[in-house]
Amino acid sequence: MAINRDTVRYTANLARIELSDEELDHFTGQLDRILAYVDKLNTLDAANLEPTSRPLEMKNVYREDLVKKSLSASEAIKNAPDKENNLFKVPKIIDTEA
Amino acid sequence: MELNTLTGHRLIELLDKKDISPIDICNNIINKIEKTENSLNALAHFDKEVSLERCRNIAKGAKKGALWGMPVFIKDNICVKDELTTCSSKILKGFKPPYNATVIEKLAGLDAVLMGKTNMDEFAFGSSTETSCYGPTRNPWDLNRIPGGSSGGSAAAVSADEAIFSLGSDTGGSIRQPAGVCGVVGLKPTYGRVSRYGLIAFASSLDQIGPITKDVEDAAILLKAISGRDEMDSTSANIPVSDYVSGIKKDIKGLRLGIPKEYFVEGMDEEVKNSIKSAIEKLEKMGAICEDTSLPHTEYAVSVYYLVATAEASSNLARFDGVQYGLRAENIKSMMDMYKKTRKEGFGDEAKRRIILGTFGLSSGYYDAYYLKALKVRTLIKRDFEEAFKKFDAIITPTSPTAAFKIGEKTSDPLTMYLSDIFTISANLAGIPGISIPCGFTKNNLPIGLQILGKHFDEEMILRIAYNYEQSTDWHKRKPKL
Repeated sequence: MAINRDTVRYTANLARIELSDEELDHFTGQLDRILAYVDKLNTLDAANLEPTSRPLEMKNVYREDLVKKSLSASEAIKNAPDKENNLFKVPKIIDTEA
Repeated sequence: MELNTLTGHRLIELLDKKDISPIDICNNIINKIEKTENSLNALAHFDKEVSLERCRNIAKGAKKGALWGMPVFIKDNICVKDELTTCSSKILKGFKPPYNATVIEKLAGLDAVLMGKTNMDEFAFGSSTETSCYGPTRNPWDLNRIPGGSSGGSAAAVSADEAIFSLGSDTGGSIRQPAGVCGVVGLKPTYGRVSRYGLIAFASSLDQIGPITKDVEDAAILLKAISGRDEMDSTSANIPVSDYVSGIKKDIKGLRLGIPKEYFVEGMDEEVKNSIKSAIEKLEKMGAICEDTSLPHTEYAVSVYYLVATAEASSNLARFDGVQYGLRAENIKSMMDMYKKTRKEGFGDEAKRRIILGTFGLSSGYYDAYYLKALKVRTLIKRDFEEAFKKFDAIITPTSPTAAFKIGEKTSDPLTMYLSDIFTISANLAGIPGISIPCGFTKNNLPIGLQILGKHFDEEMILRIAYNYEQSTDWHKRKPKL
């Protein structure tokens, strides 16, 4: 097996997604089949290949550091589920289960 | 005359002659939507009063921009200021962006009329538009079948004449595959051709916005309207935009077209295979030189794609956490609780699966074996095309291995669903442009798509081949009975 229930639970926690027991079972089987399929990459010798992280050659783009018009704080924050004084409001961070 | 059934270029002519007004077109479209939308579900957000009002405002003035009065529908992952933009996901419920995507600014600058948003697979994760939180879109040619995905709403709306022009996005085939199975034209531009500022990101090294239209000339018109360098997207290329429309009318005598053997595999649908073979014969009759070739690493494309695309998606979708926009779960105890419950409630099954798969491939201990390995094999796939394009002007393939499948047929097995993208994925990995055009019908009257792939920034070539083929056939003139 390429992946088991514990690894799926651990990974879902890294991704900050709570899973029910049912989802955990269901995803473990599906992800295992997907990983078994992608295993075919291991039939290739890729050791000396350069990785391609973007399809075209790209150079860093620079610009002058000028002040330009941008969104106001109230516009930028208007979609927030909870806010106060143009700030995002969130629950207490202390008490977090790590 | 039902104006909604006409092509964009024909409508532009009629508007120029003042035979019709933009409001006539808008009214015809609204009538059609009222007739067919209940059975299609192609639209995610549409308000006829808002569209009409916008149309009236544009129609008031004399013609200015090249798309004056032309209605355009937009995939629900492209930001339109103060309009619902939700990626067909519950987690973006109620989200109204404070700014326009660059493509929207460009269309508005040409006086096009923004009509509404089209349905899609949630966050563009899918090939069937079944993962939308608004329910599946149906294929206008057979309401029991999928319209393809993820831009299924955009393709179905054009196919059903609810729309003239629409925009989709393509990360692994999400413009071309739905265009193929709905019998319309869909073009994925070269990576960097069209600005992605305001496109809600799925996989940043693969995503492109592109047109879905009724014919090739319309695709050229819409592509020209949205292309070009944008300082808001540093991956957009500083390469001049051709006049795609005048370029398409040159003949194709002497062009060299490669037919990769890996795209004609054992077990593929016979009707699809035969239609593509006939299309190749037709291209030869028109003077193109078609030759067999090989893209030897094609069989690894799906594996590379589902590791790279999910890894990038897992990172891009980290922003949906209940803080800045959209949904926040109720009754939460702590910050961590808020993240986990919001993402549990807000994301659908496929989004969760892809985020977990992507996170896994990037996680400590697995990164080298999965993500990095995929990036290395991506180099081989890209090289295959570089080699082929030394010899050929374009590559001809089917868009999909089958015509539209039935709703529900592939939802229980994600891997089977992923394999339906087998012919479209490589173009995104290599960053090259591709177009799908109609090239026949199955005996059940389902459309079949022909894919033409080109060199980087050579959209002109694939449009030209597509136009020449299209003009010698009448597949694009057939309409679904709805």
